[in-house]
Amino acid sequence: MLQSPQFADVTDVVARLGKAGYLADDGIATTVFLADRLGKPLLVEGPAGTGKTELAKAMAAATGAELIRLQCYEGLDEARALYEWNYKKQLLRIQASGGDKSWSLTHDDIFSEEFLLARPLLAAIRRTGPTVLLVDETDKADVEVEGLLLEVLSDFQVTIPELGTVRAQRRPLVVLTSNATRELSEALKRRCLYLYLNYPDAAREKAIVLARVPELPEQMAESLVRTVRALRALDLKKPPSIAESIDWAHTVLALGLDTLDEAAVRGTLGVVLKHVSDQARAVTQLKLGPG
Amino acid sequence: MANLLDRTVAFSGALRAAGLPVSTAETVDASRALVAVDLLDRESLRAAMAATMCKRPAYRRAFDTLFDLYFPVAYGDGVGTTGDDQAQSPQAQPAPSPAAVGDGDEDVNAMRDQLRDLLLDGSDEDLRRLAREAVRRLGRGETQPGQRSWFAYRVLRRLSPETLLSWLLTRMLDDERGGLAEQVARQTIAERLRVFQEAVESEARRRLAEERGVDKVAQTAVKPLTEQVDFLRASRGDLAELRRQVYPLARRLATRLTARRRLGRAGRLDFRRTVRASLATGGVPMQTVHRPHKPHKPELVVLCDISGSVAGFSHFTLMLTHALREQFSKVRAFAFIDTCDEITGYLRGDDLGDVMARIASEADVVWFDGHSDYGHTFEAFAQRYPDALTPKTSLLVLGDGRNNYRSPALATLKRLVGQVRHAYWLNPEPRSYWGSADSAAPDFARVVDEMVECRNVEQLSEFITRLLPV
Repeated sequence: MLQSPQFADVTDVVARLGKAGYLADDGIATTVFLADRLGKPLLVEGPAGTGKTELAKAMAAATGAELIRLQCYEGLDEARALYEWNYKKQLLRIQASGGDKSWSLTHDDIFSEEFLLARPLLAAIRRTGPTVLLVDETDKADVEVEGLLLEVLSDFQVTIPELGTVRAQRRPLVVLTSNATRELSEALKRRCLYLYLNYPDAAREKAIVLARVPELPEQMAESLVRTVRALRALDLKKPPSIAESIDWAHTVLALGLDTLDEAAVRGTLGVVLKHVSDQARAVTQLKLGPG
Repeated sequence: MANLLDRTVAFSGALRAAGLPVSTAETVDASRALVAVDLLDRESLRAAMAATMCKRPAYRRAFDTLFDLYFPVAYGDGVGTTGDDQAQSPQAQPAPSPAAVGDGDEDVNAMRDQLRDLLLDGSDEDLRRLAREAVRRLGRGETQPGQRSWFAYRVLRRLSPETLLSWLLTRMLDDERGGLAEQVARQTIAERLRVFQEAVESEARRRLAEERGVDKVAQTAVKPLTEQVDFLRASRGDLAELRRQVYPLARRLATRLTARRRLGRAGRLDFRRTVRASLATGGVPMQTVHRPHKPHKPELVVLCDISGSVAGFSHFTLMLTHALREQFSKVRAFAFIDTCDEITGYLRGDDLGDVMARIASEADVVWFDGHSDYGHTFEAFAQRYPDALTPKTSLLVLGDGRNNYRSPALATLKRLVGQVRHAYWLNPEPRSYWGSADSAAPDFARVVDEMVECRNVEQLSEFITRLLPV
């Protein structure tokens, strides 16, 4: 099942992700490149709002692939993740054919492609075009789902008892994301390449903010990023992530502020810090003055 | 290529020795990755290795330290043979130093000036290069006559970058001190300073490794993982790191708890609703209906030794109690040294720092001389809070059981234990120390349900998983 890799080299990854609106650093680009080259699933972990899902979307855009998304949640099961028979349609079929057909004919008939509802995992495997399969928030799903993923992602094949084994025509690029609310199993981690998306360094964060909010003056972006980093250094319940930086940039722009001084920060703190105790702490420790 | 492969295998061995679980399959993946990436680009190489062999953020520090040792940026004094140096054009090099390697004062001053400028507006890469230069010129020292070695602290002491702070602040702020701008500037400087310090340390290790051999240096270079840091020996930095782990830990334990609840079998048969449902199928009970489980929310009473000898441990357990209180219908916490006082009220505060400070200053935990007295504590507890313990309670005692040769009041403890559902004792000392000198741990251990050795986060989370009932 060898297939030509999507990316020529690491620089190519940076360039093409950049074109898709995602500024990747060396680490991210190399890992994405390897995921493509080695044909291994990519497990992306990191705090909320650091662009894990965005990365998968950008990968799809950069390779011209279709993005198939499996959103995980508590109680996700095989029928929702892999495939399901369309019972209602099968019932209709049986009723419509009346009693004149033999059992084996009917059986063959109702367990065919036509009555199969492909869920994201099966859909991704069956596609012949380039595909990016995003398994979002893997940590939210139950432990059994991990077992299912292991099986599907190691061989890229699914066995449906009534139909036989479906093998991937073309390996999809697989991205799993997790917020680490629970530790994923060692077995799953072992089969994946691992990427930890942390808060970016100052220069990259500034570039991201400027790319997302191009109207923002550069000077302003610089001081905004520095302030966000100062906030992150405090001991907060939920430190602001890139998503918050971008929101903040939008807010600052909408309010038409031209400098980010104490009053401005205090007034818009709610955009970046979503806990009352965090806000109180920021006000005292950054000396923002009485509210 | 064979050489590189050997290096990779040695590297994965060192990672394992440092406590990272690296399987053979992952080493194979790493080798395959090596073939795919451009070997001259060192950061790519690092990313490739990290993607295949370092699969938890907590391991990253150890990984980076070892990576710098096994795949050094340069050899000897020379300009490196790896990409990150080649990419630099000559004029990006720090001002060419006189050929002679001197460490005279004017040399140090020149270097301080360079550092100052780079801290103000240089790139991280420039800072790292300066760090290499500084170690080369200032880092050499003698441990004992004839034994020469490389020291990061010599470099940092000579350059004393902290003293540059006020100059940097003045330059960054244009005389607008105080307030938000200063805080932000301080943070920015601190960050860049850390880059420089880490670079100096890593460079000193690299030079040392060249002389002594990589494997020897690797053994001592890596700090223990946070989960395995001994509570009683935790430094300030470790405690801050532990603190960051507490909330995820509590949350993880909580999700595991709900998962275990949900997975449990359905409750007792609901006869009435089953019969009612059977009417739809002509009186044949096709489907049984069960009552939902009553969620069992246990009550927790924590008795926590906050004397100096177990400071790191009690600090941590108080944080955990604070984080766990949402999971239990009732958490009551008591602190003691030689008598005890209730601190539940303090734990309601949102800010952990405040909580600690208030407990230290306001709680009434000293009765006689401020040395641990478990016996008196148990008696005072039984007398003052007779209503705290019920048959639904789990009692948790946190302490080292070092009783300063006083009476352990075992009878009182036995009575307390008799009143509760479970009684556990978490002891931050290694099991082999129990009973040595003034430790009354074995006596206490006979009375409570179980005394558990709990020296680090790993052991603690293992215990709590076991404790939390389904």
